[in-house]
Amino acid sequence: MTSDRLNGQTLEENQVAGNGLLDRRLFLKRGVQFGVISSIAAASTSIATTTENNPADPAWMHVPGKPFSPYGMPSSFEDNVVRFPTQNEAVPGNGVSWTPLHLMEGSITPNGLHYERHHNGVPQIDPKQHRLLIHGLVKQDLVFSIADLLRYPMQSKTCFIECGGNSNAGWNKQPSRSEAGYFNGMVSCSEWTGVPLSVLLDEVGLRKKAKWIIAEGADAFAMQMSIPIEKAMDDAFLALYQNGERIRPENGYPLRLIVPGWEGVLNVKWLRRLQVTNRPVMARNETSRYTELQPSGKARMFTFPMEAKSLITSPSANMVLKTPGLYQITGLAWTGRGKINKVEISADDGKTWAAAELQEPVLDRAFTRFRLPWHWNGKSTVIKSRAIDETGYVQPERNKLVKERGRHGFFHYNAITNWHIDSDGFVSHVYDKDEQQQKNSDITIDSGWD
Amino acid sequence: MIKMNNNRKILISLLIAAGINSSNAEETTTAGPGLGHPLSPEEIAAWNISVFPDGEGLPAGAGNVVQGEKIYQQKCLACHGENGLGASADQLAGAQMSLTSEYPEKTIGSYWPYATTLFDVVRRAMPMTAPGTLTDNETYAVTAYLLYLNNIINKNDVMNASTLPKVPMPNEAGFINVYEIDKQNK
Repeated sequence: MTSDRLNGQTLEENQVAGNGLLDRRLFLKRGVQFGVISSIAAASTSIATTTENNPADPAWMHVPGKPFSPYGMPSSFEDNVVRFPTQNEAVPGNGVSWTPLHLMEGSITPNGLHYERHHNGVPQIDPKQHRLLIHGLVKQDLVFSIADLLRYPMQSKTCFIECGGNSNAGWNKQPSRSEAGYFNGMVSCSEWTGVPLSVLLDEVGLRKKAKWIIAEGADAFAMQMSIPIEKAMDDAFLALYQNGERIRPENGYPLRLIVPGWEGVLNVKWLRRLQVTNRPVMARNETSRYTELQPSGKARMFTFPMEAKSLITSPSANMVLKTPGLYQITGLAWTGRGKINKVEISADDGKTWAAAELQEPVLDRAFTRFRLPWHWNGKSTVIKSRAIDETGYVQPERNKLVKERGRHGFFHYNAITNWHIDSDGFVSHVYDKDEQQQKNSDITIDSGWD
Repeated sequence: MIKMNNNRKILISLLIAAGINSSNAEETTTAGPGLGHPLSPEEIAAWNISVFPDGEGLPAGAGNVVQGEKIYQQKCLACHGENGLGASADQLAGAQMSLTSEYPEKTIGSYWPYATTLFDVVRRAMPMTAPGTLTDNETYAVTAYLLYLNNIINKNDVMNASTLPKVPMPNEAGFINVYEIDKQNK
């Protein structure tokens, strides 16, 4: 495909926004091919240089394959597609591991790649010895075994879980140098299956004064969080399964509270206790942490829903576009307030925008994959995406977010991410020009994941 | 059976699969199969470790600053540093930079809104290498020491279920309840 004609038409005839953003209907046409995007580390093997094996008669067609496996694992050739852990030096169970969003496609996160945030490690829970207690402002305190819960009517919901602190490097004065997933990948999307919390709250019988529930995990931190009763009765549920199998230990086995669209920390793992109360408990993680200090000196508290966000996952930081030509821009969008209505992409640093193709089905509080073809002319530019959700909320530019919230909120960073592509095709994270910092530029935010 | 909704049918077939007589299930008044087991108040007390700002959940016992300092040196200092200034873990005391400064320091004294939270988190989660091992008296003592380090209580003050909820925290009014505001705006 030449650089100036596509399917017999000129580039201009296909263009939907400045600097080569092209009509999404190009995806439906024959003969469309995309350029090579590689990571700077990856060695590329072209068709022409495949010499070890003759593709017409490969070696693996002459020996019996490996036997069946009780539990399948990814190809050894994909061993770079892994979570990236960062943890406290003194307490290795206190930290996070990031989902490699930049190495993935589609909208479901495989269980082994779902992000982790633990406060003191992953408890190894015997489900036979685990119980869930529901007590407090209820007519009858009740305790449930996992075997009990497995006999309740279940529901499935595909939804994202995002840590309130995801993308917090965005508050730094300098743009992150990490790959897209390794500073935005504290968000993942699974199909969760379990028992609606409302069914169990009906069984214990809420008293009139019931306004909050305190959810507590059976980990070594005994992590607890307060959740308004409206949300508990609306769409919260007790998940036993993740993507069709029982939840992995690091994601809450044997029981996890799912609070769709709200801060990850509320989706309490290893759930052992729900206390129905008339007020929040004011836990450490809803007072000294997971609150957002504003420039005024006051801090935002109980900022539950994760606001709309989008991220171009390819091309993204530390990737290289090999040659000028046609590329597929792709990424993920999500919102804690419902469905994604639209994702717009700019390839000229925000001057013009075009609507991306949204992968159907677009689900409530779930990852929405977006894509758009783009002809890169080989010149330096900035590409970016912005999400608009069904409430009309528009993902903000970083300038706007920082102006409103300051730089010390730590949590709830959802600004637009800019990817700069230089004339060699190298992709890096940049901030908008007028917000490049002048002084103290080596100092970043000082909060860790304690 | 024909008139029952789908959920009901599923429920009953589940109970049948589990060997339970379906005629019993039809008498169930809740939406679920009603498999919860009652617990006595004494049993529940053993589970319940949450402490609220008004003092609900605080146990009997007491501790003072001198006792707390000794425990802190042995069990907390390695991660939280001398005088709570922070090492590999949170800075707990000694904030020099205010919350509106370029580099704000969020400590117990400068940021935490409730003294009871301190008791709650120390008892349930600290020390990280052996969580849940401090006695109630030791927890009161460490709480007292940390409040003293933050110049919130005096060296002779004793912390117990009656005194701790009354400790005035400097930043108690420093929070905006965004959820309540959003709810009122709807």
